[in-house]
Amino acid sequence: MKVLKLKKTNLNSYLESLRVWGEIYGPVRQGEKYIYGLLDDLDKLDTKMLRTILPAKKFLVPPKFNTFTFDGHNYKAELQNISNRIVFGVHPCEIHGILILDKFFLERFPDPFYQERRRKTAIFGLSCVPDDKCFAKSTNTHFVESGFDLAFNELKDFYFVWVGSSLGDDLVRLRLDLFDEDIKERDLKEFMRWRSWRDSQYKLKLDLTAMPDIMELNYERPLWKDFGDKCLSCGACSMVCPTCPCYNMRDQLKPAGKAGERQRTWDSCMFKPFAIVAGGHNFRENRAERVKLWYTHKLKAFITEFGKPACVGCGRCIDTCPVDINVKTVATALKGVK
Amino acid sequence: MAENNVYLPEPMRIVRRYNLIDDVRFFQVRPIEMEKALSLNYLPGQFMMVSLSGVGEAPFSISSTPSRPGLLEFGIRKVGVITEELFKLKENEIIGVRGPFGNGFPIEKFEKRDMIIIVGGLGAVPLRSLLLYTLDNRDRFGKVYFLYGARRPNEMLFLREFLELKNREDLNCYLSVDKDDTGSWTEHTGVVTTLFKHLKGIDPKNTYATVCGPPVMYKFVIDELIKLGIPKHQILMTLERRMHCGVGKCGHCVIGSIYTCMDGPVFSYWDVLHMKDLI
Repeated sequence: MKVLKLKKTNLNSYLESLRVWGEIYGPVRQGEKYIYGLLDDLDKLDTKMLRTILPAKKFLVPPKFNTFTFDGHNYKAELQNISNRIVFGVHPCEIHGILILDKFFLERFPDPFYQERRRKTAIFGLSCVPDDKCFAKSTNTHFVESGFDLAFNELKDFYFVWVGSSLGDDLVRLRLDLFDEDIKERDLKEFMRWRSWRDSQYKLKLDLTAMPDIMELNYERPLWKDFGDKCLSCGACSMVCPTCPCYNMRDQLKPAGKAGERQRTWDSCMFKPFAIVAGGHNFRENRAERVKLWYTHKLKAFITEFGKPACVGCGRCIDTCPVDINVKTVATALKGVK
Repeated sequence: MAENNVYLPEPMRIVRRYNLIDDVRFFQVRPIEMEKALSLNYLPGQFMMVSLSGVGEAPFSISSTPSRPGLLEFGIRKVGVITEELFKLKENEIIGVRGPFGNGFPIEKFEKRDMIIIVGGLGAVPLRSLLLYTLDNRDRFGKVYFLYGARRPNEMLFLREFLELKNREDLNCYLSVDKDDTGSWTEHTGVVTTLFKHLKGIDPKNTYATVCGPPVMYKFVIDELIKLGIPKHQILMTLERRMHCGVGKCGHCVIGSIYTCMDGPVFSYWDVLHMKDLI
């Protein structure tokens, strides 16, 4: 992979020059927290941000969008209005989340709406330093080798910029003058030092190996009822999770006539009506069953299907759940340790 | 790109519809373009997503057989928002259809084997597809038994069609009702398991049983099949969940590690024992 250097002081002028390709989004402060916001003004960019409220999946599967417009039985796919975007500041764990979404949405019945947004979204990774809620080292998602177009690794005065795709290469070539290809031995040493220091910063360690077996052994145990009794069914865990893909579809008619839109919105298996079928039977009536499904899917089903859990260690569920149900508390309870 | 869009409904015309029983209606539909109609391909046990613009989409088992191309048939019960609207439609009106989805029955495994098709109530819709397929390819299968139980004579789907099939020498067709409230019922009386005594000369280890019916039926039927000595993985059933996208994405039909819309809706009794919460 091609690696270049970009002086930190040149970051904003580089990003500024990318506007010819598309809109630029990145971490922006919002109250106490951060979001991926539109960087119409690059001064808003906050590279020290650790965790946005919503993950970058919102660019690839927006919380709400039209899949089709229809007029009677004529359906037209809404793919034309998807435009080029650069998302800067995506941390390694989240890029792993995108790789999981890629597998999910692009293999076996490719989803054209995901496909088109993915194709038109340039992912610019950014290195990070974990807090006490991050456990990406445990999930082996703290470094990336693919899934991005450019990846920025922050060192003292410059970024190492990994070029991860043909598009990334094009975007570097827009301002080749700002990049330096001459990587010196001291740069390499600085990177190695940074890497082992950063590895040492992961305080939270969660071993998720053997989870399929552990889940199986715990299937009938009362811990699910305990979590179910606490759960508020708010679905926030699904909204903030970089790998939760579930959605709902509903048709919205325009006033008078047969024209309208088929809308797709995020959904959560934590919501009570999620598994209701016509006639009213609910296959997961109680909360304990729904909490169990969420974690079964995350920690068991994905391992069965894709060989690794659908948890990338970003810590959003730990940060978000108002009643402390998250991968950390559930995995700990499953293992029967305090 | 839109050509390959798995979510894009294909316009199809309702060519025939009539009530099978009081609240279950038969719909025969075909793609508007003749070429598409003739190239329809699917397996017994698969389902289609039917789309009514402005109302939404819902999954329906296919009741026709791919061995008779050109038309798709459904038996649809009026039970929700979409079926309510569907029942208002007349011949020549257009609906959107996409699919087929789901695994369907593993037909090739049934070849040269004996088959027992066991149906309760509305389960006749998907299993009629399998039955007709088997009859259209009769030389590829061993003995074929069709056992169908309904609560009352006026709750039995495709009654006239199945009565006619009783005349065939290459099919053992038994129909039963729990209770005859007409006084004119000429077939058997009793729950579907009482028909098991008519199974003769089947080779259990070489037999596939397929079951579809109301939830209460499965336990009793499966017990009988196990008693007969049919291996657990050769007892197949088609299950219901909330299939909403059909392509393993939206998540509504998930059971533990599987998506009913892709990995099912046909499961074996071994699957049921092995994967939790299926039934």
